[in-house]
Amino acid sequence: MDEILLIFGMTVVTFGARYPILALVGRMKLSPSVLRALRYVPPAVLSAIVAPALIAPNHQIAITPTNAYLIAGIVAIGIAAYRKNLMLTIGIGMIVFLVWRVIIGG
Amino acid sequence: MITDRTIPTRRSEFLAGAKDTLPMIIGAIPFGFIFGALAVNNGLTPAATAGMSLFVFAGSSQFIAAGLVKDGAAIAVIVVTTFIVNLRHALYSASLAPYLKHLPQRWLLPLGFMLTDETYAVVIRRLPQFDRTPHQQWYQLGSSLAMYVNWQICTWIGIAAGSAFTGAENWGLDFAMLVTFIGIVVPLLTTRPMILCAVVSSVTAILLDGMPNNLGLLIAAFLGIAAGVWAESATPIAHLSSSAPEGQN
Repeated sequence: MDEILLIFGMTVVTFGARYPILALVGRMKLSPSVLRALRYVPPAVLSAIVAPALIAPNHQIAITPTNAYLIAGIVAIGIAAYRKNLMLTIGIGMIVFLVWRVIIGG
Repeated sequence: MITDRTIPTRRSEFLAGAKDTLPMIIGAIPFGFIFGALAVNNGLTPAATAGMSLFVFAGSSQFIAAGLVKDGAAIAVIVVTTFIVNLRHALYSASLAPYLKHLPQRWLLPLGFMLTDETYAVVIRRLPQFDRTPHQQWYQLGSSLAMYVNWQICTWIGIAAGSAFTGAENWGLDFAMLVTFIGIVVPLLTTRPMILCAVVSSVTAILLDGMPNNLGLLIAAFLGIAAGVWAESATPIAHLSSSAPEGQN
């Protein structure tokens, strides 16, 4: 396998997804409707990453108490909703996750 | 929320960006180890493994590429797969663009090159809080460089250590990224359209979890955005409680 060609190709397509919009947007006028749609990108993409990882950590839906991702995720969502403190959410979420794994013997 | 009234400096913004990314940097460590070991084990040379982290710098696509190398896939297949897996970065770049569009290309190029899920999440949380500071790009640079340097070092350790870190994916550090994203997303859900967007995206992503190459993620994200926009146009009052980034700079 030509490794240089492989890495070159992967670099071009990845950079091609990350950079061009940033580079060109200064010369474009974004319409209010586009700007409005873009405000939904953070909840849309981040939810799409998080939800399957909590519900189906091994790509199998596991809504059970033995799923530490789900239990700690629910706790973290609760803390984030009521305290809106990022470091508190991360700290307590990680502790619940690690402790729960010990409890269930995972 | 920025309560400190002192004017942020380049240095303080850079350090704040790195610091705010720290939980996810720790979360990425085992995956750097595993990628380095796995890629070499699957037949890439150590130089190509390190080169992939150096130039591509996109964790999930690097894992998928290493798997495809083992299967003997054609280079074109790996490259196209990488493009699909990384397409979500175009959404990140569009989302950040209104805040960054005043910057010269010498800034946009490195910030684009190093744009990851993790850096996007911390930066999009912070950018709307900036009130005419000239140094917002230093915050993103701090986050990006911290992720980047960490990923290089962890890849090298993985290459050198080989199978020594077998099972590192079970350390539980992968939850660090997820819990950080939860802490960032949930406070955004203050309007009905935002909540609907997150719910539609979550449910779709779960239902389409079996699709290859993160395609389910991409479809879920677009459906979530569409649901949010639709709900907002159906309830015009929602405009009042949300702020578009047009007021920046």
